[in-house]
Amino acid sequence: MAKTVNRRYTALEALAKGDLWTKLSAVVMGAGLFGHGQKVKGVLVLILESAFFFYMFTTGFSALANLPGLGSVEAGEVYNEAKGIYEYSQGDNSLLMLLFGVVTLFVIAAFAVLWILQMRQSLKIQENISEGEHVPTFKEDLNSLVNGNMWATLMALPFLGILVFNIVPLVFMICMAFTSYSKEDNHLTLFDWNGLTQFRRVLSMSGNIGRQFWHVLGWTIVWAIFATFLNYILGMILALIINRKDTKWKGFWRFCFVLSIAVPQFVTLMIMNIMLQPYGAVNVVLQNLGWIKSPIPFWQDATLARITVIVINLWVGIPYTLLQITGILQNIPAELYEAAKMDGANAVTIFFKITLPYMLFVTTPYLITSFVGNINNFNVIYLLSGGGPTYVGDTAGQTDLLVTWLYKLTIDFQYYNIGAVIGILTFIVLTIVTLVTYHRSGSYQNEEAFM
Amino acid sequence: MTTVKMTAPRNKVGGSKRLVNILVHVLLAVLAFIWVMPIVWIVLTSFRAEPGSYVNTFFPKGYTLNNYVKLFTDRNVLNFPKMFGNTLLIAVICCCISTFFVLSVSYSLSRMRFSLRKPYMNLAMILGLFPGFMSMIAQYYILKAMGLTEGSAIRIALIVVYSAGTGLGFQISKGYFDTIPRSIDEAAVIDGASQWQVFTRITIPLSKPIIIYTVMTSFIAPWVDFIFAKVICRANSDQFTVAIGLWNMLQKEYINQWYTCFAAGAVVISIPIAILFLYMQRFYVEGMTGAVKG
Repeated sequence: MAKTVNRRYTALEALAKGDLWTKLSAVVMGAGLFGHGQKVKGVLVLILESAFFFYMFTTGFSALANLPGLGSVEAGEVYNEAKGIYEYSQGDNSLLMLLFGVVTLFVIAAFAVLWILQMRQSLKIQENISEGEHVPTFKEDLNSLVNGNMWATLMALPFLGILVFNIVPLVFMICMAFTSYSKEDNHLTLFDWNGLTQFRRVLSMSGNIGRQFWHVLGWTIVWAIFATFLNYILGMILALIINRKDTKWKGFWRFCFVLSIAVPQFVTLMIMNIMLQPYGAVNVVLQNLGWIKSPIPFWQDATLARITVIVINLWVGIPYTLLQITGILQNIPAELYEAAKMDGANAVTIFFKITLPYMLFVTTPYLITSFVGNINNFNVIYLLSGGGPTYVGDTAGQTDLLVTWLYKLTIDFQYYNIGAVIGILTFIVLTIVTLVTYHRSGSYQNEEAFM
Repeated sequence: MTTVKMTAPRNKVGGSKRLVNILVHVLLAVLAFIWVMPIVWIVLTSFRAEPGSYVNTFFPKGYTLNNYVKLFTDRNVLNFPKMFGNTLLIAVICCCISTFFVLSVSYSLSRMRFSLRKPYMNLAMILGLFPGFMSMIAQYYILKAMGLTEGSAIRIALIVVYSAGTGLGFQISKGYFDTIPRSIDEAAVIDGASQWQVFTRITIPLSKPIIIYTVMTSFIAPWVDFIFAKVICRANSDQFTVAIGLWNMLQKEYINQWYTCFAAGAVVISIPIAILFLYMQRFYVEGMTGAVKG
């Protein structure tokens, strides 16, 4: 029992082996700390426990009770017999009930973590005392927050932000996928859990929503592949051309391309949208030149709109590739090129046998990030084509990606549950892509190689 | 700077090399023209005297400064100066919070070893896979429950939305901190410095490029986002940010009156952002290559 420093303490062990103070802290939290000399910490934990129970008794328990049913009282008029008048009653709001229910679950989880931590800590200092070791004072604990435990100090606020504004909303939205919260059948204030109904609807090949889903999914994948790899390869070729020894004014060329990133993306995209309208600048110039007779329907024809968004995305994306891989290109060992030239390889062979494999090896994480980014590329589609053209009776347009469709379903149509299902399915698609590739990439596995 | 040579082998005649060179420069000129043209066009439009969105010439028939004047003086329909003020305020505050968040998280992940480190990084990766605004509606209701969706509290709501999740965007600056040799920290600790002192006196001064990069990206974000701003502001036009204002100018009810002003507005906000970006680009590349060389 000499070396207990690195031992892991568990809450169950604390219940079994603890002395009176430690066992007491299962109910009166912080008692174990208080009784073993960490008075301030013990009191703080007890205050947190009281705050938790105060919350639970004031709102928490009723919020939990509402969670399974999500309310059923409709808003309306109720006849008050005593006064002999109709009174307006406020009905249940299922959305708020769901929100408070989810928040309460998170509060309970946080409380459970606190409970386990203080149980472990009690057992630890109890054993420290019985072995005659030093028990850290409150001052020493505070001191450790700017030393060994500084990560806790630094990360507390950022993590709180992520928890409240990323994780809780996400869980809330995921819950929404299993409800009937939608404008359809007027379920905007009162709705119920309805299990996997919406998933079945979206995934079924028949049915309006299902047909659109597979259509949009197919286009999203085609789009992501084109957008990622065309940008990557063409951007790399451009970088190579600018980097050539004999190319003059390298800085000027780079400046021309990078300038388009510097202008806010939503501005350039809206400009492009206007320029490509039937009476926009591009059609006007082409007609004035006499090259075309009637305006080209860039956004009105489905196939043309798809080609247009891919081409314009090249305009948007190639400068990014240029910016990000110029440095890496310059790191390719010159000997490789020398050797290839000795063997008489031409520029094309060198590109496909040396540059591309090398770049693929180094930039796999970048490629995955940009593939994920393209599947979630809201701006380009929403601002350029608005997802259109849209056929009558459809909620999704011909160039809609899963994300823009999700946006339309929630904001425009208020089909919140289907929107949430689409979000979850997008996540699943992305997870598969990422898990298969990301964990194999060298830069994830060798993260510590720098040290 | 080492350069990559892709031209024909040396033993060929000089003539064909020259031809290739000319072709390459012509190609670059054409491409550069395509890339710069939309930007030139918007600048021209911002000085155009004829109103309306559709004209049948590429170059304006008359030039004027009125579009800029109208943008900054017409406060009745779309109050651009107010939007500009709103956005500036939000951007400055966001920038401080986000920079602190990003640097804290990346320093902890890069320099310290704790049991929650890998779980946190995996969590950040998973959260990154969800469509960003999937949780937007939920965030709106959380903000509403906090009472931040009415009146001038909307500004606080926007600040919170833009800065709350920034602790997930640690990758670039963590990568940078990783390249600062740990021996420097260890030496300081031996001399009696606390972790906090190592962070504030050693790491931060050594990380100027990545700090400037972080400051600027977080400053730019509120200027270019319009999705969250639109959902959170709804119809509260006195709380609009610049991005929603510009977006509105292109909607059916305003486009004929405001089209050239949109161009002016786009130029006005693009110039500072473009300058910031071109300045920042250097630090971005430096950030990628590491801190202490040799």
